[in-house]
Amino acid sequence: MKRRVKRGEWAGALFLLPSLGGVLVFVLVPFVDVIRRSFANAITEEWVGLKNYGDVLANPAFRLACWNTLRFSAVCLPALLGISLVIGVILQKKTKLGDGVKTAFLFPMAIPVASVVLVWRVLFEKQGLLNGLLNSWGLSTVEWMDSPTAFWVLVGSYLWKNLGYDVVLWMAGLSSISNAIYEAARIDGAGEWTIFRRITLPCLLPTLFTVSVLSLLNSFKVFREAYLVAGDYPHRSMYLLQHLFNNWFRDLSFDRMAAGAVLTAMVILCLIGLLRKGFDRE
Amino acid sequence: MALLAGLAVLVCSPAVILVSGCIMDGDELRLYLSPVLLENRTSFASWSLLPQTPSLRSVVELLLDSPEFFHMFWNSIAITGGILLGQLLVGAPAAWGFARYRFPLRGPLFTLYLILMLMPFQVTMLSSYLALDRMRLNDTLWAVILPGAFSTFPVFIMYRFFRAIPEAIIESARLDARNAFQIFWHIGVPLGSAGIVSALVLGFLESWNLIEQPMAFLKNKTLWPLSLYLPNIGLSDAGPAFAGAVLTLAPAFLVFLSGRDHLEQGIVASAVKE
Repeated sequence: MKRRVKRGEWAGALFLLPSLGGVLVFVLVPFVDVIRRSFANAITEEWVGLKNYGDVLANPAFRLACWNTLRFSAVCLPALLGISLVIGVILQKKTKLGDGVKTAFLFPMAIPVASVVLVWRVLFEKQGLLNGLLNSWGLSTVEWMDSPTAFWVLVGSYLWKNLGYDVVLWMAGLSSISNAIYEAARIDGAGEWTIFRRITLPCLLPTLFTVSVLSLLNSFKVFREAYLVAGDYPHRSMYLLQHLFNNWFRDLSFDRMAAGAVLTAMVILCLIGLLRKGFDRE
Repeated sequence: MALLAGLAVLVCSPAVILVSGCIMDGDELRLYLSPVLLENRTSFASWSLLPQTPSLRSVVELLLDSPEFFHMFWNSIAITGGILLGQLLVGAPAAWGFARYRFPLRGPLFTLYLILMLMPFQVTMLSSYLALDRMRLNDTLWAVILPGAFSTFPVFIMYRFFRAIPEAIIESARLDARNAFQIFWHIGVPLGSAGIVSALVLGFLESWNLIEQPMAFLKNKTLWPLSLYLPNIGLSDAGPAFAGAVLTLAPAFLVFLSGRDHLEQGIVASAVKE
């Protein structure tokens, strides 16, 4: 970009100022306070060193929540990324029907969680619609929300909500690959599968990092469904970090919460670092 | 493709169930759902997508008999409107500043905004609470509006669109404009309007759907938005519950329909790149 005079450069900072002020007041400055609290006793505010971190890491609820959150991401992300990529590739050939299908996949983004939990309840109750369907096929019924299947209900609801978002991201990545490369490969006699594997996939690598980070962040929002369907203490297979934070908050365990927030922030910073490295390869 | 179309129908089916439940007569609804509602039943709930006697009684019942529904609807409107207005007033200039100027610390600040955009609510929950507590804003709608208004997510969306405006246009505008703000107002805002609308559409869907924030910052239930209040209408009150679910869905559905292209552009712009 063209170099401008000093005065003009500061104008840019002025545009940013109101926003930065709010970010400082509502996020950054209090977060410094949170870091301080993570090393202090919640009531007396005395310095306790790493005690809060030790407490958090030794807490069985924290371990369970971490394990579930990890397991959730490990199952959901590959599934979501894979399925949405397949759909994105199919929808790439623009047709009228394809356009409608894409809209349909985006639609769950617009359905408020508060509305859809009603459907979830009717579907997944013990005497609910889904069990009715299973029963009519002569299969045994399932305790959807009171057994380890609760975890899979959550996985399904995450996939349902986020498929459209990821399909759109993949399609943007796909459309940025130039046609010339494909044509050159076809002239060389490459088959469709080879072209997909050797050209499409490598060209999608930068998109992959974007899609995975955004999907990971959206995965934190499944707490909404989980909470509204199953409350503060759901079946242990779907007790997530978000439940734990919520319960800490209600019990006013601000010391543990502070330590937990700092730990979570650090993990996410590492993930962003990973993403950055991915872009460097671009 | 046919398989995909089938899957697409399945994806939309929850909304169809909601709408059919909303226009179903209360007695018919209770009949279908009684196995879920009563204890120790061995039969199962059933459903019909085409109600035998379609009626809007549930909607009327909800609107007439529960003044709290109006109240919560208004809360939702106030929260969503406040957040979006804030994102416009504060976020758009910030995005313009990032996109068109190179001021000192621009790089580190941009990275900071990126990181904040990627942080889940749980990380900033306690810090926001402490800040709001100090300002005595907890238990007011501002507690939900202000942190949302300063979200860095819309800044990113708008940034991508402002960035795409050719430098030549801005150079020529510089000759006529008296100051930097005029360039932003007369060139940036009109040419970046697609980005602004995209950010607003995504922002609407998010703010209409807030659960964690009001739950943490609003102890007083009369301040709750629909998104948090609605699940409190249990299935035993199935008629109003379905009517409420559809009425909550309706504004989001309208925004989705009218802003679908902008929604897509916004999603593409959320792909973090510099």
